[in-house]
Amino acid sequence: MSAGAWVLLVALVVAGGFGLYRARTDGRFGRTPAAPGVPAATPDTPEAAPAPEPTTWDSVSAAAGVEPGERATLVQFSSAFCAPCRATRRVLSDVAGVVPGVVHVEIDAEQHLDLVRALDVVRTPTTIVLDATGAERTRAVGAPRKEQVLDALSA
Amino acid sequence: MTDTRPTRNAPPSPAPTAGIDPRGPRVAATITSVVLALVLLTAPSAFATTLLALQTVVFAVGATAGVQRTPYAWFFRRVVRPRLDPPAETEDPRPPRFAQTVGLAFAVVGLVGLLSGVTALGLVAVGLALVAALLNAVFDYCLGCEMYLLLKRLQPTT
Repeated sequence: MSAGAWVLLVALVVAGGFGLYRARTDGRFGRTPAAPGVPAATPDTPEAAPAPEPTTWDSVSAAAGVEPGERATLVQFSSAFCAPCRATRRVLSDVAGVVPGVVHVEIDAEQHLDLVRALDVVRTPTTIVLDATGAERTRAVGAPRKEQVLDALSA
Repeated sequence: MTDTRPTRNAPPSPAPTAGIDPRGPRVAATITSVVLALVLLTAPSAFATTLLALQTVVFAVGATAGVQRTPYAWFFRRVVRPRLDPPAETEDPRPPRFAQTVGLAFAVVGLVGLLSGVTALGLVAVGLALVAALLNAVFDYCLGCEMYLLLKRLQPTT
């Protein structure tokens, strides 16, 4: 077999493996993160009122400029060069329209790179589910299906 | 160029101009995959280099004039699309256009490799372009679009 044929074979295997892996994991909401914003039992400090831990929402709201949902907020990171972002926008705004107390916020990743780095967003679309307190519950990378979003909200 | 690109404020606007049939870029990616596979199977040869040069031109047209202006898009409109139902929805042409730019970069490196006799470099570059084209054709997945945000993230914090 020629060198080119070997490269072709490797390319087919890599593309197939990567594509199948992505098809399985895209849009899947992971487990609840290890709640980084949860404050440890406040030790008695000399200060009267310790400043509350900044939540994920606090950083998002500066970029989005809207009110969070009473029950949950679906924060979607999008970019211009992102075809699946459109499908995600449709799914999330659909869910926000059906489920009371849920708000959909879309953020242009390119315009908010600091936020993208702070929240460790590596791909668009990324959907982060915030609970009523503004803390991150779970996130999905890639376009989620409607059932996946509804499951994530009811979990 | 005449496209009036909207200022990218949050959230990104939906298709600014008339959207394109999303099946067009996938058909183009399929043809691209076949062409690149042929390049790999026949390299090193004058035929492989010529074929890769032609594909490089197609990438360059797609990246500069738009994906709707490549010969592959013409083939899709004239031959494939008349046999299909109208698309359920149209798509923003900017993501596939950006993907053409990424394809162009790989194809140019591949061409330099084949022309300069550094065949291994040429084969690897063509192989990478083939992976991206296959992902696009088979899984409708845009590798170049994903790399875009990662590259942006690497830029120094302002």
